[in-house]
Amino acid sequence: MANVRLIARLDIKGPNLIKGVHLEGLRVIGDPNDRAREYYDAGIDEIVYMDIVASLYNRNSLADIVERTARHIFIPITVGGGIRTIEDVARLLRSGADKVAINTAAIRRPELISEVATRFGSQCMVLSIEAKSSGPATWEAFTDNGREHTGRDAVGWAQEGVARGAGEILLTSIDREGTRRGLDIDLIRAVSRVVSVPVIASGGMGSIDHLIAAVKEGCADAVAMADILHYRRVPLAEIRAGARAAGLPVRAA
Amino acid sequence: MSKITVVDYGVGNLLSVTRALAECGAEVTLSGDPQHIAAAPAIVLPGVGAFGDCMIELERRGLVEPLKAYLRSDRPALGICVGMQILLEIGEEFGEHAGLGIIRGRVRAIPNTRTDGIPHKIPHIGWSEIYPPPGRCWENTILAPVRPGSCCYFVHSFTAEPADPGNRLADCDYDGRTVCAAVDLGAVSGVQFHPEKSGVVGLAILNRFLDMTDAASS
Repeated sequence: MANVRLIARLDIKGPNLIKGVHLEGLRVIGDPNDRAREYYDAGIDEIVYMDIVASLYNRNSLADIVERTARHIFIPITVGGGIRTIEDVARLLRSGADKVAINTAAIRRPELISEVATRFGSQCMVLSIEAKSSGPATWEAFTDNGREHTGRDAVGWAQEGVARGAGEILLTSIDREGTRRGLDIDLIRAVSRVVSVPVIASGGMGSIDHLIAAVKEGCADAVAMADILHYRRVPLAEIRAGARAAGLPVRAA
Repeated sequence: MSKITVVDYGVGNLLSVTRALAECGAEVTLSGDPQHIAAAPAIVLPGVGAFGDCMIELERRGLVEPLKAYLRSDRPALGICVGMQILLEIGEEFGEHAGLGIIRGRVRAIPNTRTDGIPHKIPHIGWSEIYPPPGRCWENTILAPVRPGSCCYFVHSFTAEPADPGNRLADCDYDGRTVCAAVDLGAVSGVQFHPEKSGVVGLAILNRFLDMTDAASS
């Protein structure tokens, strides 16, 4: 594998960086651009912006934030939330996004995955899957921040998404999101073993040990961190050093 | 101030590379005009997607011959990602396609297994360490400011295989598979990774390209 990517996930509501638990109960953390810059300076590998209410209100307020961030930050930026059409994708790419993460619109019309991949390249098309446990070793994909059932098996949906052209999977465990109880290792492994593209594990990282488990046991290619960074619980340099000490390949920032 | 022309042929997102060059102090012009490119003091050739598609788009815009002439003129050029791959003679992505051919060799798929036979993730996405190939040194190249072992950001499924090992400027290791990270021939360089997305290391490489451009035009 390539070096494990340490990704900062910034959930956005309007102009604010926010953080919730199980993608709900949102608290304002601060200014997303300031934090993106701070994480970039600290050596984060990648930034993910998710406008987590966009799909609820049918709007997309992210372009302005992305546009400001991309002026000074020279690492990959993935943007998701409320993307419905090829035009939405084009607008975000013009604002400075490198990749888009799509969940709800891909569930409603899976052809969108192929359309985005064909037009902008698979490397640009990240399939965002919000998964919730629905039984022993089974997970259902949800939309709208874990509110809406899709009836789709998350693992099967990941496979279908890759077959349709998704270049990466952003896999969020709704059960673990914001809990700091650790990532859902079984979920990550179940998806990672059946897809040929990288899997970004998201939701639940509360300690360096959680990161190590997600990679060593879950076979995650990248881990998205939110709470642990936003509440400044562990400095990024310490996370990186801890990962390296445990034998995980991470880049020397 | 370095004047850089970014070749705009309708492929990919030129915003990031344009901004990164501007951050390094370049005066950037986007152009798909064959005459402008033929007269440019320095060019950056981006590229994304499939090798053949990039060549078709260059062809459609009448840019293949002007670019070949430019690349043989000993003026600075930097190919990025597929823009680096099309510097070679032949690409094997979705059938064989002729490239610009300034650097001899082919562009082949990265083997989809590790050296121990276990499948690995393709594309190769992420930050990988780059090193000079055996016998190569980065002095007087675009990688002069880079410490061997520094990481750059890659996204690709195909890799350049220059026929002459002398054209290999940097390698990286992907699960035991040696992947060509950079090529060069005279004033022409190409990088498989994205310097515009490789943080301070990437910006140092772009800065170096601008310095070399200034030196070439003064």
